[in-house]
Amino acid sequence: MVASKKQASAPAEMLQQKTFKQRFMKVWNRDWQLFLLCLPALLYVAVFCYGPMYGIQIAFKDYVARKGIAGSEWVMFDNFIRFFNSPNFWILLRNTLTLSLYALIAGFPFPIFLALLLNQAANKKFRKIVQTVIYAPHFISVVVMCGMITLFFSYSTGIVNTLLTSFGFDRFFFMGSETAFPHLYVWSDIWQSTGWGTIIYIAALGSISQDQYEAAKIDGASKWKMLLYIDIPNLLPTIVTMFILRTGSIMSIGFQKAFLLQTSMNLGASEIISTYVYKVGLEQGQFDYSTAIGLFNNIINIILLLIVNKLSKKLSENGGLF
Amino acid sequence: MNQASTVKRSKEDLLFDILNYLVLGVFLIIVLYPLYFIVIASFSDPSSVLGGEVVFLPKNVDFSGYKTIFEDTRIWNGYYNTFIYTILGTILNVMLTMGIGYPLSRRYFSGRKAIMIYLMITMYFGGGMVPTYLLVKDLGLRNTSTIMIVMGAVSVFNVIITRSFLEANIPSELEEAASIDGCSQLKFFFKMVLPLSGSIIAVLILYYGIWHWNDYMTGLIYLDDGDKFPLQLIIRSLLIQTQVAANDVSDIESLSDRLKVAESIKYGVIIISSLPVLVLYPFLQKHFTKGVLVGAVKG
Repeated sequence: MVASKKQASAPAEMLQQKTFKQRFMKVWNRDWQLFLLCLPALLYVAVFCYGPMYGIQIAFKDYVARKGIAGSEWVMFDNFIRFFNSPNFWILLRNTLTLSLYALIAGFPFPIFLALLLNQAANKKFRKIVQTVIYAPHFISVVVMCGMITLFFSYSTGIVNTLLTSFGFDRFFFMGSETAFPHLYVWSDIWQSTGWGTIIYIAALGSISQDQYEAAKIDGASKWKMLLYIDIPNLLPTIVTMFILRTGSIMSIGFQKAFLLQTSMNLGASEIISTYVYKVGLEQGQFDYSTAIGLFNNIINIILLLIVNKLSKKLSENGGLF
Repeated sequence: MNQASTVKRSKEDLLFDILNYLVLGVFLIIVLYPLYFIVIASFSDPSSVLGGEVVFLPKNVDFSGYKTIFEDTRIWNGYYNTFIYTILGTILNVMLTMGIGYPLSRRYFSGRKAIMIYLMITMYFGGGMVPTYLLVKDLGLRNTSTIMIVMGAVSVFNVIITRSFLEANIPSELEEAASIDGCSQLKFFFKMVLPLSGSIIAVLILYYGIWHWNDYMTGLIYLDDGDKFPLQLIIRSLLIQTQVAANDVSDIESLSDRLKVAESIKYGVIIISSLPVLVLYPFLQKHFTKGVLVGAVKG
């Protein structure tokens, strides 16, 4: 029985081999125009996304511009060891994690909370106005955002300090304070991104079937009860997914805002890995060392993402992110 | 008893509604007030603003800040540069993204899976800042306008949005019918897909356009010449870099007039630089949110 199966499969394999080229040509003849359409984007990605990956090797080298990327000498893990042993390492790691964890913990609940409230607001016009306004900050550029922060919190001229003094408090040098920096960073972020963050939750709430509300109404449930027993349970899968997405990007906290809010006096709290990579690399020209730090950060990111993806596959039947 | 419960219910609901509108109202004000303050401060007398007299209404209306801005050639040059970078960059973005988004949306397309993996990898792993810088330098694109247009030409996230949209909106039956009539894939793309993709193209123009308009990193890393600087780099020096100097001065009296002018134009600079986005925003809001929702469909 087994033998006869083997015998039967042998010619079939040959048949497949014979047709492989034909099949390829058939597909190619059918799809070559689609490949042509893809080509420009594929080339761009090859040059600007995959191209730089070639340069990653300088993280393991003693890079000398004159010798080039390939010609520089290998030093293996020296750059990494130097980074791990430098006193900056723990400070950078602490600052990066403080900012991102604080932003995650403080910022995550706001869009959910706001979406739940908006969903219950029966007045369509009011709802529309609120939505239009709260989405707007999302489109403000980082530079303008940081400009606004420095303006409002300026020591001598900022409106916040003006208010503080009018209530009898002392002026506070927000921009030069290491303790104030994480709060400024995180709460301005919450101000800017909460509205935009509601979109996905509002959509999820909108897709809850009306039957559930009808049934609850017949049972005499109040709006508050409906929010508690219909809205929140229905929103839970979306919340979990969003939380997982956010945790996965904990180490990839943005360079721009921290960089723009830095002053010489708050550096102890505002220097994060990405700003350090910029300074060491492009300002001081230590290309190899800076690449090593960047690579370290990227690898931690990927590990986090893989862990989080695995967890999400376990938690929800919906599956992972990829 | 039934009636009693209805009354109780509506009373509870009324309280809930009041609280709800109250909280939403507070939130609305928290978001709106800083924006409103910038507007009124931009055309109030600088001394009143610095003295904290401008809180709810503009005071001693004065357009000297705007006048200074209009006379500043750096700002206009930056405006012009950003305008060019945004328009050319966005055209490139949309062409590349539609070009790759359409084939990826065809389920029969044989390269579909491999190309998706090829793109997704770059979302999570890249060369990093320095290797990218070295590459751009080797290509001879450092300190050129070209890099400002070319950088970020393909956003994988936007490709995914486009793919999802086209999957849902260009039925394969349409393509089959066209191919029976002898229409090639390229012809179908240009004659049928593009005209039917108006709303996704609008989303792409908005996302990419705003990205270019707000882009600050590319200029910071790759440009040296001030006359090539985009608006964001110019306003950074106006908004933030002069700030530390102002902070070092401990009391208002000792602020020199020059500094006062520097302070006073900041509000106007914020308005002027955000103007195109602010003006377009209310009309285009629908498209913005649509992008988020199409993108939320799992890839």
